[in-house]
Amino acid sequence: MYPIILLSVFGVVTLFLGFSKSKNILLPATLLFLILALGSNFIEWGKGPFIYFYDMLRVDNLTLAFNGIILLSAFMIFAISGGFQDNADAEPAEYYGLMLFSLVGAIMMIGFDHLIMLFIGVEILSVAMYVLTGSNKRNLRSNEAALKYLLMGAFATGFMLFGMTLLYGATGSFKLEAIQGFASNMPAASQSYIFYAGLLLLLIGMLFKVSAAPFHFWTPDVYEGAPTIFTTFMSTIVKTAGFAALFRLLNNTLAIYGFWWIVIAAIAVLTMLVGNIGATSQGSFKRMLAYSGISHAGYLLIAVTALTKPSQNAIVFYSLAYSLSTISAFGVLMLVAKEKSIEGQPNERYEAFNGLAKQNPLLAFVLAVSMLSLAGIPLTAGFWGKFFIFTSAAERGIIWIAVFAVLMSTVGIYYYFRVIISSYFREGDTVKIRVAPFYQIILVLATFLTILFGLAPGIFEKLI
Amino acid sequence: MLTLLLILLPIAAGIITLLSGERLAKQIALVGGLASLGVAIFTWLQFDPAAGSQFGFKYAWLASGGISFAAGIDGISLLLVLLTTFLTPLIILSAFKNEYKNPAAFYSLILFMEAALIGVFTATDAFLFYLFFEAALIPVYFLSAIWGGEDRIKVTFKFFIYTIFGSLFMFVALVYLYYQTPGAHTSEISAFYQLQLGAKAQGFLFWAFFIAFAIKMPLFPFHTWQPDTYTQSPTPATMLLSGIMLKMGVYGLIRLLLPIVPLGMAQWGFLAMILAVIGIIYGSIIAIQQSDMKTLIAYSSFAHVGLMAAGVFSSSLNGLQGALIQMLAHGINVIGLFFIVDIIYSRTKTRYLDQLGGITQSTPHLSVYFMILLLGSVALPLTNGFVGEFLLLSSVFQYKAWLGAVAGLTIILGSVYMLRLFQKSMFGPKSKWVEGFQDLTASERAVLLPLVIMVFWIGIYPSTFLKITEPAVNQLLQLVNN
Repeated sequence: MYPIILLSVFGVVTLFLGFSKSKNILLPATLLFLILALGSNFIEWGKGPFIYFYDMLRVDNLTLAFNGIILLSAFMIFAISGGFQDNADAEPAEYYGLMLFSLVGAIMMIGFDHLIMLFIGVEILSVAMYVLTGSNKRNLRSNEAALKYLLMGAFATGFMLFGMTLLYGATGSFKLEAIQGFASNMPAASQSYIFYAGLLLLLIGMLFKVSAAPFHFWTPDVYEGAPTIFTTFMSTIVKTAGFAALFRLLNNTLAIYGFWWIVIAAIAVLTMLVGNIGATSQGSFKRMLAYSGISHAGYLLIAVTALTKPSQNAIVFYSLAYSLSTISAFGVLMLVAKEKSIEGQPNERYEAFNGLAKQNPLLAFVLAVSMLSLAGIPLTAGFWGKFFIFTSAAERGIIWIAVFAVLMSTVGIYYYFRVIISSYFREGDTVKIRVAPFYQIILVLATFLTILFGLAPGIFEKLI
Repeated sequence: MLTLLLILLPIAAGIITLLSGERLAKQIALVGGLASLGVAIFTWLQFDPAAGSQFGFKYAWLASGGISFAAGIDGISLLLVLLTTFLTPLIILSAFKNEYKNPAAFYSLILFMEAALIGVFTATDAFLFYLFFEAALIPVYFLSAIWGGEDRIKVTFKFFIYTIFGSLFMFVALVYLYYQTPGAHTSEISAFYQLQLGAKAQGFLFWAFFIAFAIKMPLFPFHTWQPDTYTQSPTPATMLLSGIMLKMGVYGLIRLLLPIVPLGMAQWGFLAMILAVIGIIYGSIIAIQQSDMKTLIAYSSFAHVGLMAAGVFSSSLNGLQGALIQMLAHGINVIGLFFIVDIIYSRTKTRYLDQLGGITQSTPHLSVYFMILLLGSVALPLTNGFVGEFLLLSSVFQYKAWLGAVAGLTIILGSVYMLRLFQKSMFGPKSKWVEGFQDLTASERAVLLPLVIMVFWIGIYPSTFLKITEPAVNQLLQLVNN
């Protein structure tokens, strides 16, 4: 609740700060805002659950944990954005303002207790993302990506709204509580097909946002076309918020688990397949990360499919592990791509990383740890993420999906290791890349947390 | 607590080595390796074979999940810890004569590897076991991929994906077992022993474990990564892989597969046995054809590990004891042989048998050491190989006489490829490649002498080591037979 208010106010303040002559205060100010929002988020920790805004928003420890993850991710992403000082066309105040607003949307999605709140949250988040995707105005790819994202996103929103309407028609309410009540009291003889159809349509809209197959077609192009910093934002924050919302919705319709689990399971399998197989054939590291984002949506969907007691922890932990590694991977990518740029265009191919370890051992190490974590190798947070996911599936007794995920993880190792191989074992023209101290701190922090959670996942367990 | 010290000491030594800079790295690494050996020998002196798991520690790791950071040492663990700590300083010392770029990283990776291996051999929690099992892969992957031969990137990548692929199945199996434990779940290996699982579930679990360990060892037909990786890796990494890492697979069979899925063994053990025996013969026959010395020894190692696995699958006292003593013996012999190949290669710049010959003429010391290690490898009585092979073959013979007879061919085939190796490289007319061949230096002798002493010690008085493991093996067999 507090972060929503604070972030809305700060977003407006940030826009006004854009009028100020000195561009240097913008970044420190927004970082301060985020720290305040992050701090205020935990005021309500352990006291909940609270219900706000006429029973439309719920605050409990789970939503606070998700908020914490997205605010922490946002802090890291803002910090490595470096104030957009190297881009003369950039409008930093607007970007920061939009990102702050989109965080508000994300927090609404995470805590929604009313479908309208979900819808508003999704729209606030998405509209800001459409704009940011196209923020590199003079770049054709960026424009294309924004248009694609907008059109596809609009369709998805349409489905979502239609679904909500049908749910309303069936239950007579937008409230999650009412939907839950309806689902659990539905007599087997007179099943409400309107309800089922509504739920499915709503799921389609949400699965689109987390880029699950077969609603993933926008992902590679949009991730690749958008400026990398906003790709990072999309692939961490949007995904975390989307999964929090999905988990919330399905957790409240647990009574009809038998109806939807097979749908989600099929989508999980398809998503893992598309993401992993797609990622193997990419020549561009950035595009590979887009497909890897799809595959991780697939793994997360396993936890949603199982929806057992460990699922909740699994989703929180996995989102955190995934966000940390994704931020460091994109962070290193931005530096390398800029350094190796060809005719002003950033070089995002694997070859750009050749010989990275020689001159930039820190960057190579950060990248290697993030790849190991994404691949789920032990001693990294990603391993425990997968562990929790598999245990949630085992608890439900759907081992076959874990076996499939394991096969797909092996495929994952193939493409994640390509960049490690490039940076450690291949020769390339090595230039020492200058990294701003603050940037360095963020990368080291993300790596440190990845290893810390990899060694001692119990720390995290005590937090939740 | 000694167990914790054994795991942490190499890590600490590795970190110090990493920070020590180029010049001192190898000396510090050697000191670290020797210190670990010292602790291991101290552990041995304190060890009471009859008392089961000792010197253990247990910290909550995921408290609510019943997963703990727990390790301890019983007879089977101790033998492998002794092997690891004995061989690591020798591996470090053997690398002294070669100049490796960035030595600090090189030697620290060897020490990290040692820590992970000790972790595998001592873990009493299934997930800790898995963690170390995977973690051991990372240092050796980097060792091979950075300092290896020309084809290193492709070859080590295959090796990495192959082995991870296998162990992920084991991971799913462990998660499944974890959920079968009663009450609030626990992942202690001893709790897994108590589970009463249905025959069908055990059948699946058998294959999940079998694939993981069979790839690691490797057993036929999962061995295709092995010869290339052994050949392309720098010799210290090859030594780690063949001398110690493949023992992780055999150890896994003994520690997890046998006692957890006895019914799975009953269903599929025969098939696994057949695969192991095929590996023995197949590996030996290919070894006879090889002309690259390193590849030849790689295939011989593949054949030997097949016999160890066959002994384990016989699930008899002789088989297990034989496998354990053979692990020790094989580790010693194969490291010695790889070192000698490395010595020859570093002087002649070739490993091909056709280009070598006549080395004996100028090298009395090398010839003697080489011959002793080689005879140990072909299981001549009074050398270390004999004890293990005798026990193993007798166990396979008891299991199925005809299988024993087929597996017994290993002794003949082994002599063929090993003696061929010696004859072609050491005897005959002096080839132009071996002109000016120098005999062993002091540091090379410092590596080979302990190995040769161990060859005789195990060969003449094996009960020093057999009695360490016997109570633990008996206990394990009781579990299997119940």
